[in-house]
Amino acid sequence: MFVRGLKRKCFDGEEDIEGTLAGIKAIPSYNLQRQSLLDMSLVKLQLCHMLVEPNLCRSVLIANTVRQIQEEMTQDGTWQMINTQSTGQASLDRLVSTDILCRSSREQAEGKHVPGYSTFNKDFEGDQAQDSSETMSTASSVQPPRNLQSNVWEMESPQENKGTFQKSLDQIFETLENKNPNSVEDLFSEVDNSYYDLDTVLTGMMSNTKMGHCDGLETFSSTTTPASNSNCKSDLNELDHIVEILVES
Amino acid sequence: PTLCFFPQVPVLRPMDLMVEATPRRVFANAHTYHINSISVNSDYETYMSADDLRINLWNFEITNQSFNIVDIKPTNMEELTEVITAAEFHPHHCNTFVYSSSKGTIRLCDMRTSALCDRHAKFFEEPEDPSNRSFFSEIISSISDVKFSHSGRYIMTRDYLTVKVWDLNMENRPIETYQVHDYLRSKLCSLYENDCIFDKFECVWNGSDSVIMTGSYNNFFRMFDRNTKRDVTLEASRENSKPRAILKPRKVCVGGKRRKDEISVDSLDFSKKILHTAWHPSENIIAVAATNNLYIFQDKVN
Repeated sequence: MFVRGLKRKCFDGEEDIEGTLAGIKAIPSYNLQRQSLLDMSLVKLQLCHMLVEPNLCRSVLIANTVRQIQEEMTQDGTWQMINTQSTGQASLDRLVSTDILCRSSREQAEGKHVPGYSTFNKDFEGDQAQDSSETMSTASSVQPPRNLQSNVWEMESPQENKGTFQKSLDQIFETLENKNPNSVEDLFSEVDNSYYDLDTVLTGMMSNTKMGHCDGLETFSSTTTPASNSNCKSDLNELDHIVEILVES
Repeated sequence: PTLCFFPQVPVLRPMDLMVEATPRRVFANAHTYHINSISVNSDYETYMSADDLRINLWNFEITNQSFNIVDIKPTNMEELTEVITAAEFHPHHCNTFVYSSSKGTIRLCDMRTSALCDRHAKFFEEPEDPSNRSFFSEIISSISDVKFSHSGRYIMTRDYLTVKVWDLNMENRPIETYQVHDYLRSKLCSLYENDCIFDKFECVWNGSDSVIMTGSYNNFFRMFDRNTKRDVTLEASRENSKPRAILKPRKVCVGGKRRKDEISVDSLDFSKKILHTAWHPSENIIAVAATNNLYIFQDKVN
């Protein structure tokens, strides 16, 4: 499976010998990279909706990217189901419906009910548990053909990072909501620099590290172990801040 | 008694030319989504306007009514995975037009077949290169501009990294592909993060369809000669060009030792993007929009 994952290089790069040596040491797992990309994409989608005039093309492209990552994660068996006790509203956070994301501003202004969209709203999460179950069933009913959705509903997940996604999303939304727009920009100006570093890691390394990296990826289980996580973190100094925000610590 | 309105005789004072644009006609209320293209038909009586999901046909004289000729809005918006990105009429055949999509496809439609052109006459798509596949593949395949050649025999499309020329008679792949800035391929994650990957560049043909031009970053723009297969990178910036000076070709250093006049990829200014360019229909005069400046260049006159 991971061999296939290697061919679908997410972050392809040019030949760089120096990069290879550094890469073997510093590269985060493919899963971590993919998770970071997924988190980044979800944040972008969330920000799309905060705009007065959301760009539909951009939203659709990002949503397709999210769907692609989620599908691959499902196929690889790395998709983590959250604790079912926290209700389905958290699941909806993960599975993004294009309908939610790509409504035009006019349709939103007309006040059409957007199933699942309200789960992004912290206030909503806070109170109506009843509404959330309604929302969940509404969202489920409008998405019957989505195999991805049904897979998630069926999957059990006893793994340790089952709460990862929920926690990271909550952190993002809390951060976004508690801060004013200027701070949000500051938040992302930090992300800018760090993602340039992430970029060199993500783009340069996968293609070059033939022996070391391939072995490394094959030994990684789908549930990334705490040991590998901490190794990655200690090596990615400048990414620590971002990694902590976006990925389970 | 004489009626004097002015305390003194009015005087004519020379002033700078002021250009004020006033709308002559407004064609309103036909689009729900952002309009990305307008294209005048060769009959000079009609034109079309395209938004993310629909294309409407207008008559110049009728401002309160339009015909919807393309509608790709799904009944369930959550099934939406593709939008219209650009559209243009054929230069000679007033019933033919093309539109491009965010999935890198081009559809050629004939309005004679049906009122609503939901079924294309031709469908242009290049098969994906599996060795270049990544999570960004779809985004960079999204077509930002589509232009018919002046001859009407070819169409040119611009996606994030390339310009492609298609023969109308061959739907399964382009006949020519030009790399605009392939050195960005390894930077796609950064460009996704800072949203540059969503930049929409235009492309243009010269009058004889022998040269194509498109913009890039760092105020660079590129020209490709389809016959000689030579290409050049030029820069539109005030610091580097005085009026009547000849533009010096620029080069981006992609690895290894950087030569003296080259610029490294990491030094490129991604806020200086040339999205809009135009080429005079018959002369070698080009217009290039760089941030808030408009540059007009022409062939050097001996």
